Amino acid sequence: MSHDGDEAQSKNLLCQRCNQKPALVHFSKVVNGEKTDRYLCEDCAKEEGAYHFMLGPQFTVQHVLGGLIGQEPLGSQRSETSTKRCPHCGYTYQRFAESGRLGCDYCYQTFAPELEPLVRRLHGSVDHHGKVPVRGGRQWIQQQNLANLRMQMKKAVEREAFEEAAKLRDEIRQLEAGMESDRGNDHEI
Amino acid sequence: MKYSQWMDGTGPDADIVLSCRVRLARNLLATPFPHRMDDGQAQTMLARVEEAVHHLETGWHLTFSRLSNLTPITRQVLVEKHLVSPLLAQDPIRYEAVAIDDRESISIMINEEDHLRIQVVLPGLQLNECWKVANQLDDAMEQYLDFAFDPKSGYITACPTNIGTAMRASVMIHLPALVLTHQASQVFTTLAQLGMVVRGLYGEGSEALGNIFQISNQVSLGLSEEEFIHNLTVVTQQIVGRERHARQHLLQNAGTALADRVGRAWGLLTHARIMSSEEALRLLSEVKLGADLGLIEAPNAATYAQLIVATRPGFLQVEAGRELNPVERDQLRADYLRRLLGEQNRV
Repeated sequence: MSHDGDEAQSKNLLCQRCNQKPALVHFSKVVNGEKTDRYLCEDCAKEEGAYHFMLGPQFTVQHVLGGLIGQEPLGSQRSETSTKRCPHCGYTYQRFAESGRLGCDYCYQTFAPELEPLVRRLHGSVDHHGKVPVRGGRQWIQQQNLANLRMQMKKAVEREAFEEAAKLRDEIRQLEAGMESDRGNDHEI
Repeated sequence: MKYSQWMDGTGPDADIVLSCRVRLARNLLATPFPHRMDDGQAQTMLARVEEAVHHLETGWHLTFSRLSNLTPITRQVLVEKHLVSPLLAQDPIRYEAVAIDDRESISIMINEEDHLRIQVVLPGLQLNECWKVANQLDDAMEQYLDFAFDPKSGYITACPTNIGTAMRASVMIHLPALVLTHQASQVFTTLAQLGMVVRGLYGEGSEALGNIFQISNQVSLGLSEEEFIHNLTVVTQQIVGRERHARQHLLQNAGTALADRVGRAWGLLTHARIMSSEEALRLLSEVKLGADLGLIEAPNAATYAQLIVATRPGFLQVEAGRELNPVERDQLRADYLRRLLGEQNRV
């Protein structure tokens, strides 16, 4: 099958189906060695299902992604990027561009500068707002809490609410100590 | 042969929304993704996940199977029931596995594109419920496994199209009236602009057989799981509304032509002796539309979703208890449909 608009148009054909609109789609089918040609307008081609072959499995996310990745990054970094290698799994950016998949979780750090614009283009954002793993996210949540408490303490000092600030300072110390012992436990595992 | 819970035809808007699904991708920390694992890593990883599945409370009722221990027909049936993806069941299968619950509503695919894909399917439009169950199962699995997660980027996946929530929510929706009135493509164009994807009955690359479409979120980062699910639910409700409207429009303006179509489909399904799987899907779609509109009595032997799955090649071969060539399958399919639908007429 071929899809060749220019060819059909250059012959100034009318659609073989409706005989009204110009034929923009050349649709040729080979069945058992016998070739049939159809010249159709866009609307008739759609109705006859001439576009079905365009929805084949070859048009996958990986292929589209390959196209997007090919454009990243722009300019001079390009040659440097294509030889960059993940120290954890040995995967290269070139392989990613071909397969659309990364090698391991660490690849996201290795290729962070290249991936960020791509992720932004795919998702319209680069910031996660969803679920945080209960166990794995505990440390991160504690860091968030710590940052919050420090902010509150700073504000309390600015307001000269020293009693409140002292209370917050104690809370911060307690949380920091807890995180230290957590880290110790993690190493034991 | 057992039907899955999602095929039982219950749930909100179940006349139009066949089923809904939430799928979460998870990967293990500091372990290469499935396509990059060597044999040793794959074996270790599989053993760790199998152990975790066995550790889960008995309340989940999961059965763990390595795909290499299943016959090709059993694997095909799992794909037809939407419990495993075509990709997981595809050869070569070496370290792929699946854990399925006894109601066939939950499945955990192991070593697909990502290490784990936790999936919950329910009948009708109840994505919130799917998310609730998937979220709980994810928490339970995380007790035993360290998942790759980054506070900024969220859950890490093999393909950057899935990072963040790593969640794909989808609905399987029957839209015969929107197709008949040539509105479907316009609706799908609008969906694309809203960051949603439309696929056929069996996912990526499959055609929209029997007017059944899968709609899912394309984007997985930037919003919370609840927000993504809310958006898809609202959009689906709107499509359901349009489909209902188109059905009434057809009934009022082309009632006889519609009844004729439905009657012809019913005639073929209850009298044909040879029936391809594509023809069965097309005719079942028309009969379902007719039954929804009260033009004919709804088949009582099986739900629409059950009829669709029961006439797929794998399911038929399990019913027959042996491998069948395509000609035998088409005959058995016709026999099966005549028996399931024809009995009703004799009552």
